[in-house]
Amino acid sequence: MKRHVLHPLWLAIGLVGLILVARSFLVPDDFGVHGDSFTYNFHRLSNIQEWQDFPVKYQGYDSCTECHRKNVRTLRRSPHRRLECENCHGPSGNHPDDVEYLPRNTERELCLRCHAFLDYPNSARSEVPPISTRMHYRRQECVECHVPHDPREYIE
Amino acid sequence: MTCSRRDFLKEAVGGTLVASLPLSAFTILSPEEAKAAIAEAKVRWAFLVDTRKCIGCGLCVTACKQENDIPFDAPVTRTWVERYVVTKDGQTHADSPMGGRDGFIDDKIRDEEIAPEDIAKAFFVPKLCNQCDNPACVQVCPVGATYQTHDGVVLVDRDWCIGCGYCIMACPYGVRFFHPEHKVADKCNFCYHRITKGMEPACVQSCAFGARRIANLRDPDDPVTKIITTERVAVLKDEYGTKPHVFYLGLDANVR
Amino acid sequence: MNEELIVHGIEWTLKELFVYPNEYIYWSIQIVMYPYMTGLVAGAFVLSSLYHVFGQKQLKEIAEFSLVFSLALLPVAALPLLLHLQQPMRAMEPLLTPHFTSAIAAFGIVFTLYGLIVVSEIWFVYRAYFVAQIDNLQGAPGFWNAMRRGVYRALTFGARDVSPEALSVDKKAAKILAGVGIPVACFLHGYAGFIFGSVKANALWMSPLMPVIFIMSAVVSGIALCMLTYIIIMEWQAFRQRRRGGAVAARETKGAEVEIITQSTRYLLGFLIAAISLELLDLIFRGYTAMKSWDILRSVMYGKDFLNIFVLQYGLGNLVPFVLLVLPGRTMKRTVVALLLVLFGVFMMRWNVVIGGQAFSLSFSGYMHYHIPIIPHSLETFKEGVFGALTVIATPFVLFWFINKFVPSLGRKVQQS
Repeated sequence: MKRHVLHPLWLAIGLVGLILVARSFLVPDDFGVHGDSFTYNFHRLSNIQEWQDFPVKYQGYDSCTECHRKNVRTLRRSPHRRLECENCHGPSGNHPDDVEYLPRNTERELCLRCHAFLDYPNSARSEVPPISTRMHYRRQECVECHVPHDPREYIE
Repeated sequence: MTCSRRDFLKEAVGGTLVASLPLSAFTILSPEEAKAAIAEAKVRWAFLVDTRKCIGCGLCVTACKQENDIPFDAPVTRTWVERYVVTKDGQTHADSPMGGRDGFIDDKIRDEEIAPEDIAKAFFVPKLCNQCDNPACVQVCPVGATYQTHDGVVLVDRDWCIGCGYCIMACPYGVRFFHPEHKVADKCNFCYHRITKGMEPACVQSCAFGARRIANLRDPDDPVTKIITTERVAVLKDEYGTKPHVFYLGLDANVR
Repeated sequence: MNEELIVHGIEWTLKELFVYPNEYIYWSIQIVMYPYMTGLVAGAFVLSSLYHVFGQKQLKEIAEFSLVFSLALLPVAALPLLLHLQQPMRAMEPLLTPHFTSAIAAFGIVFTLYGLIVVSEIWFVYRAYFVAQIDNLQGAPGFWNAMRRGVYRALTFGARDVSPEALSVDKKAAKILAGVGIPVACFLHGYAGFIFGSVKANALWMSPLMPVIFIMSAVVSGIALCMLTYIIIMEWQAFRQRRRGGAVAARETKGAEVEIITQSTRYLLGFLIAAISLELLDLIFRGYTAMKSWDILRSVMYGKDFLNIFVLQYGLGNLVPFVLLVLPGRTMKRTVVALLLVLFGVFMMRWNVVIGGQAFSLSFSGYMHYHIPIIPHSLETFKEGVFGALTVIATPFVLFWFINKFVPSLGRKVQQS
């Protein structure tokens, strides 16, 4: 038998060996099937923890109450009681440790998100007091007359 | 001629070796790992969207972008809100400007004026990743960069994704996209970093009208689970067999 | 544009009507090139095997050429993917952690196996030539000759035996590899079709016919390219010979052999008919069953893409070359025109599948228009633009020119059969 015929086979085996060696360096040890399905559970295990460690930004109004008791109470007793502080002030994150002041967004567009009048029948939108975007004090900011923490109040 | 048959067989063996090398990609689960996987199945996350309550303020989209570091002005988003206006002639007009990030302030849909008297019904539909039971996106990932956790959430491994985009093409709901900075696939993960700490997803927390709620289907005392199991709910595009876990109250037939 | 706003796909996608926020044309020109190039590889190999396995003696010369050319095409089939990946540095991962439920992962393994087969077969066919060259170049002057001799020595891997038994073993091995390679080549391109056909989310792609359609049109394109390159090279060589040799040479130089072209054409037409039949079947079926997606598909296929599908692909790319090849009195010039049109037609088929499948939104209520970047202004618009595609097309010819210096496949005395 002519043994030179096996040369391509050695090439194939060499390539396979190369890939296996590369695998031991390049593929993380915890990569595999972590669950009962190869289809849906084939992954690197440590990635789950990495996602759990992703930094949280929005804290919820419970964390605001500690220092901003008065504002929170005012808000909670007003028609805006359902809103989160962070809806308008943005995520608090580690405030006050990393950010001393949270932004006070006074732009009209923020209020119009809920209050812009859209003539839609049977829509939840109609439960929110509507503002005609084009007509009602178009060039002014809402906070010049209205108090966001208690919209029943009115600035003369 | 026995020579060449032997050669052929050897070549075939070589070929089989090449093909079987990836079997070494499997790690065999140890008994402890297997037990842990089953025990953790005390949680199966699901979502409930009530389209009757959504007013289209878009605060959820904003919150999601801020919470999950999706570049604010990039036209991609992990969750979005669609507006549907069904006119009396039976036509459906839908839009989702920047995913509803800035809410819906203008009554024009893509510069088209729709007279209020022509409107039969109009509503808003929030959408997000359905964290399917049979996720087509996971099935098609060539490298195992996306996967499903034991509690039902589908995650993407940012360090392993090669950015081929197959998962994005495979998702029937269009929830996936390429993250503009990380250059890998990205999508809603129910704020996995929050729900595993007992918090709510950012979009759920920011919704002032209760249109978005998260549930644990394995907890019979979960109030949202009770709604899902006892009230009439629907899912999106169930014909694809993906078994989505975002349930809708008030889902209209015109919703795409 | 700000770095963070470069959403992949935004630069060449124009949305119309209602499209989901995250939808863009993610799979653009390079994903059109990829099945096109792998199709050429598979087709070239099948053509070569028609001689080696089925003993089609008239195809001998073109068989050698198409075998070596398929080697030149092989790395180029991977090039579009490297240009497309958002993380090209991780391109080896499908070989390291292949997730076999994905067609792309299995493709990586099959592709590697196929590469081994092609390389091995070429080795067996040319081994005697390598050994002969080692002797021929002994003592030849110049650095280039010495380097060539070194390369040939390395390429023989120490197997210098050119006795009749050794040569017959070579021939047998080549034949076996050619035979084994045919199903692998079919698998290779069937998989490319499966990549698209198995995506249930895409109303245009989802079809069990897709793998078969892809294989058929791949073979068509491979045969056409080999025939075309063969004709061009042979005619060019003959042209040069005639210019040098005058009247005597003009009579004796042959150029492209008519018998080879005739026989190859028969196979080309056979596969072309198969490809067209399947595509028409798919189209008719869709219209008849009229599933939820039919309205938007119809408006895409008969509306905005009518030119691309019916005029360019079916008309110019299938019907016209079919007529040109079938009409009696076929000349070499007419054949060349027909082959060019066939290659164009197969390219349009890939385009219409990949781009056409993204021409409509998942909402079935909107469209996406593809504007291929022409003048690149960034790395991404180069990679996924016209110049990226041209790079991919040009590379196999460059590679072939280089490989041909060591493994000549045209117009030389082939090893004795």
